[in-house]
Amino acid sequence: MSTETPAFTKVYTKLEQITRATCTLRASGIMNEEMALVDGRPAQVVRIQNDRVTLQIFPGTQGVATDVDVVFLGEPPTLRVGTDLSGRFLDAYGHPIDNGPELEGKKMPIGGPSVNPVRRRQPSELITTGIAGIDLNNTLVTGQKIPFFADPNEPFNQVMATVALRSGADRIILGGIGLSNDDYLYYRRTFEDAGVLERITCFINTTDDPPVERLLIPDMVTTAAEYFAVEHKEKVLVLLTDMTLFCDALSIVSNRMDQIPSKDSMPGSLYSDLAKIYEKAVQFGEGSITIIAVTTLSGGDITHAIPDNTGYITEGQLFLRQNSDIAKVIVDPFRSLSRLKQLVIGKKTREDHGQVMNAGVRLYADAANAKTKQENGFDLSDYDERTLRFALDYARELLAIDVNIDIDRMLDTSWKLFATYFSKEEVGIKEELVKKHWPKGHTDDKDTVQ
Amino acid sequence: MATQGTVIGVVSNLATIEVNGPVSQNEICTINLDGVPLDAEVIKIQGDHVFAQVFESTRGLKMGSQVEFTGHMLEVELGPGLLSKKFDGLQNDLEALSGVFLKRGEKADAISKETEWQFKPLVKSGERVQGGDWLGEVPESWIKHKIMTPFGLEGVWTVESIAAEGAHRITDTIAQLKGPAGETRTVTLSQRWPVKIPLQAYAHKPVAHKLLQTGVRLIDTLNPIVEGGTGFIPGPFGCGKTVLQHIIAANAAVDLVIIAACGERANEVVELFTEYPQLDDPYTGRKLMERTIIICNTSNMPVAAREASVYTAMTIAEYYRQMGLRVLLLADSTSRWAQALRETSNRMEELPGPDAFPMDLTAVVANFYARAGLVALHNGNFGSVTFIGTVSPAGGNLKEPVTEATKKVARCFYALSQQRADSKRYPAVDPIESYSKYLDYQEAQEDMRRTLEPHWIEKIAYIKNVLLRGKEAFDQINILGDDSVPVGYHIRYWKSELVDFGFLQQDAFDPVDKATPMDRQRYMFDVMNSVCKTEFSFEHFEEVSAHFKKLINQIKQMNYSEFQSEDFKRFEDELESILMERKAS
Repeated sequence: MSTETPAFTKVYTKLEQITRATCTLRASGIMNEEMALVDGRPAQVVRIQNDRVTLQIFPGTQGVATDVDVVFLGEPPTLRVGTDLSGRFLDAYGHPIDNGPELEGKKMPIGGPSVNPVRRRQPSELITTGIAGIDLNNTLVTGQKIPFFADPNEPFNQVMATVALRSGADRIILGGIGLSNDDYLYYRRTFEDAGVLERITCFINTTDDPPVERLLIPDMVTTAAEYFAVEHKEKVLVLLTDMTLFCDALSIVSNRMDQIPSKDSMPGSLYSDLAKIYEKAVQFGEGSITIIAVTTLSGGDITHAIPDNTGYITEGQLFLRQNSDIAKVIVDPFRSLSRLKQLVIGKKTREDHGQVMNAGVRLYADAANAKTKQENGFDLSDYDERTLRFALDYARELLAIDVNIDIDRMLDTSWKLFATYFSKEEVGIKEELVKKHWPKGHTDDKDTVQ
Repeated sequence: MATQGTVIGVVSNLATIEVNGPVSQNEICTINLDGVPLDAEVIKIQGDHVFAQVFESTRGLKMGSQVEFTGHMLEVELGPGLLSKKFDGLQNDLEALSGVFLKRGEKADAISKETEWQFKPLVKSGERVQGGDWLGEVPESWIKHKIMTPFGLEGVWTVESIAAEGAHRITDTIAQLKGPAGETRTVTLSQRWPVKIPLQAYAHKPVAHKLLQTGVRLIDTLNPIVEGGTGFIPGPFGCGKTVLQHIIAANAAVDLVIIAACGERANEVVELFTEYPQLDDPYTGRKLMERTIIICNTSNMPVAAREASVYTAMTIAEYYRQMGLRVLLLADSTSRWAQALRETSNRMEELPGPDAFPMDLTAVVANFYARAGLVALHNGNFGSVTFIGTVSPAGGNLKEPVTEATKKVARCFYALSQQRADSKRYPAVDPIESYSKYLDYQEAQEDMRRTLEPHWIEKIAYIKNVLLRGKEAFDQINILGDDSVPVGYHIRYWKSELVDFGFLQQDAFDPVDKATPMDRQRYMFDVMNSVCKTEFSFEHFEEVSAHFKKLINQIKQMNYSEFQSEDFKRFEDELESILMERKAS
C-alpha cells in the first residue's frame, strides 16, 4: 500500500468530529473505502453521508488536532505483489520491518472479490504433519481452512510452525495479529533455522502496534496468497495467529461506529467478516490456498461468539488440550474435527483408515466414561479397566502433539493397541478389515468374565 | 419515465439515494458506479430519501452516482432450462460468468435465449384457463416441462390462439389469451415472478400425508417427514447438519431437489458440483445432477444477495410444483439468512429485538415455511414442495431467536446433539428430543398403515419407549453404580444401545449403509422389535454388555452387507444363534 502523497491533491484541514478510532470531515468526490492520510496516519473511509465523510484512523486518534492535514489517496488499500514478497517481514500496510527495500510489484487492492464457486476444484491433496492427532483423526487437505482452538497458555504457535514446516507447502504466508514480540521472534528464528526463508512472507502486527491496524493483516495475507496461488500456481499455506485479536479489533471499531452489538459485544456482521477471510481458502486446478488459524479461547469456552462463528465457517477445528494423565498437550479427539478428511481418508491413505479412526475414538470415549465412574467412586468393570489402560497408551503413542510418524505407522499402532486390550467384537470393525489387519498372535478372549 | 436518483450516502452495503419520483418498497434499482451496474433493493423510504441494500461490494462508490429504478421487485425468470443449473442468489448462471473471480456488476442470463425447445400444445384455442394452467409442454431433460399461463392472471381467460407442435425459443410467443374484460396477453415459454410473493396459482392446499423416503432410518422410520412437509435441523457446528442434508438430497424419493447453499462454505457446494454429475439417482438411474438445481450464495458472497437466495430457491421450487412434481427444497443455513437480515437492520439503526435480530424475524420465518406444502392444481394433479432448513444456533444453544422462530412453524424437528457427535454417533440426531408432528396426523397414520403395515405406528411408539427407558436406566446406573441396580436395568439400557448402534446410527460414508430403502428399514425395524421383545437371562451385569456387544456387532455387519445377500443372511443366522444363548426359557 502506498502512503506517499500524490502531487496536486486537495488537502483538507478541518475535522468536525474526532472519536477514539474515527474522525469526520466535510469533503467531496470521495469514494467508499478509499484510503486517506490524516496527519500522515493511514485511514480509510467507512461512511459517507452527503459531504460528511467518516474515516477510520488505523493507528488511533491520540493527539490528532482538528486542523491537521487530511489527504485522500483515491484508492482502496493495496498491496504490491511480486516475487519480491519472498523472504520478507512486513507490517500491516505492507511496508518492510526487516530493513529491506520497499516492495515494487503490481498494486493489488486487498480484500478483493470471491472466487466463482464453479471455478473451484474439490480439495483432494493430503497434507501430512506427522502428528497423529491430526493425520490419523483429523486429516488435513489442501484448500482447507481450519483453526486451532486453544487456551492462550497452550503452545499453538509452536504447533503451527511445526505443521507449516512439515506440510510440504510451496509458500508459507504468516499473518501475525497482535503477536507478542517474543512469538514474532520465535517464528522468525524457526523459519531462519529451517532454512526456508525464501518461501516465506510475514505480515506482522505485534502487541506494540495499534490494535485497529490488525484489521488489515488478514486481507494483506490473503492478497499475497492469491497472487502466489493464481499467478504462480503454488501450494500456499496461510497461517493466521491470533484471530481472536482480529475480532476484538472489529468490535472496537463497530463500537466506535455506534453499531448495536450482538452476542458477546461482537458486531452483528462478525460471521460475514470472518467468512470473507476464511473463504479465501481455495483449491484451483493447480495451486491452492490452505488456511490454518488460531482462535484463542477463554477457559475453553467454545460457545463464545468468536469460536462459535469461526466453527460455523471453517472446515473443522483442532482442539489443543493439556492431558494430565500423560502430562502432555494432545489434540482432543472429541472436540476436534476435520471436515474434509473424508476426501482423502481411505482414498489417499490406507483402506482401513476410516474405521480404525472411528473405533479408536469410540474406545477412547468409553475410557472417558469409565474415568467419570472412577472419579465418582464406582467399581469399574473389567472392560472399564481395559479402556483406561488403552486410553493411556492411545494418548501417549498417538494423540500427543510430539508424535512424529507416518500414517501407516499410526494405523498399525492403533491395531496393536486394539488387539492388546480388546476383543474383535468390542472393536467392531468390518470383518474383512479385521481379517487383514488384526495383529497375529493375539487371542480373542478378553471379554470373558471370570 | 422511470424514477431516477443520486447516491447521497453509503455505509457498508447500505446506500442512501435521493429520488425524483415515486418508488416502491422492495423495488430494484441499479446504481451506476463508473459504468459498473450495481443492483440494489429498496428497504426503507423516508420522504425523497430511499435506503437501498446493495447486492454487491460498494467499494469505490462516490456521492452523486446516478441510480435508475426498475419499477419492479426482485424477480426470477421461470422457464425450461433451469434444471441442473448452478445459480447465484440473484439467479445468474454461474457457469456462464467469465473469469476465476466473480466480477462486480457482471450478469448472466438464467436461461439461454438461443436454445430451441420442442413445444407440444396441451390446450386448444377456445378453451378456458386460469393463472398457472398448463398450455403446453416441452421436454427438459426427463421432465415434461409445462408451459403455463401467467401466474398472476385473475379470473377465467380464453385461449385465443396456441402454437402448433414445433421448435421455439423461450422468447417466442406460443399463445394469445383473452381476459374477462376483453384484454389480451401473449404467453412465451418463460415468465418472470417476484421472489418474495408466494406463487399460489393452485386450487387448494390439502393436508400433507404421504411418507417421503430419505434413506435415513432415524428420519423415515422414527420421525418421518411427508411430501409437502416442513422440517428443520438445528445443531452446533461439527454435528453433521450439512452431511445429513446432503444425504437427504442424494437419496430422497422426489422428482426434483433444489439446494439453497445460503451463506455456508464454498467447498460444500463444490462437493455437490463434483459428485452430483457422477452419482446415480437411486430411483431412476439418471445422474443426480439431472434432478438438481443449486442456488449458491456462499458465505463470502455479498450479504444482501444471501437473503435473496432463499427466496429465489423457493420460487423455483414453487414453479416446478406447479407442473405437478414433487420438489424437495433444502436450505443450508437459514440462520445465515437471518443474520443477513440482522446486518441490514443494524445498519438502518432500527431498534433491535432479541440478540439484535430484527423484531419481525418470527413473522418472516413463518411466512417462508408456509410457502412449502402439498397443493392440488386446478387440473386435478398434485404437486409438493417439501422444505427442510438447517439452523445454526449461536453457541449451540437452542434457546436463540432463529431456532425458536423456526420451531413454531416447522413440523419436524431433527435436533443434532453435541454429545452424540462427540461420541461419533452419526447421524447425531437426538432420538429423544426430536419429533415429527406428522406421526400424529390421522392422514399420515392411515397412509403409513396402508403402505407399510397395519401396526407400524405402534411399533414406532414401542421402540421410542425402549429408547426412553434405556436412557432412564442409564441415568440410574450412573447415579447408583453398576452393581447397585438390578441386572434388568442393564438389559434395558443395552436394548436401547442396540437400537442406537444397530438402527439409528448410519455410516454416511459406507456405500451400502449410507441410505436404506424403506423395505430394508422395515425388515431391520422388525429385527429391532423382536430383539427388544426378547426376554434375556443374565447372572451378572458384566455379561449383559458383553452379550449385547456381540449382538450389535452382528447387526452392524448386516447393515454393511447388501440386503438379503449371502453375507447378510450369514450374519443374521449368527445373530439368531447368539440371541438364543441368553434367551430366557
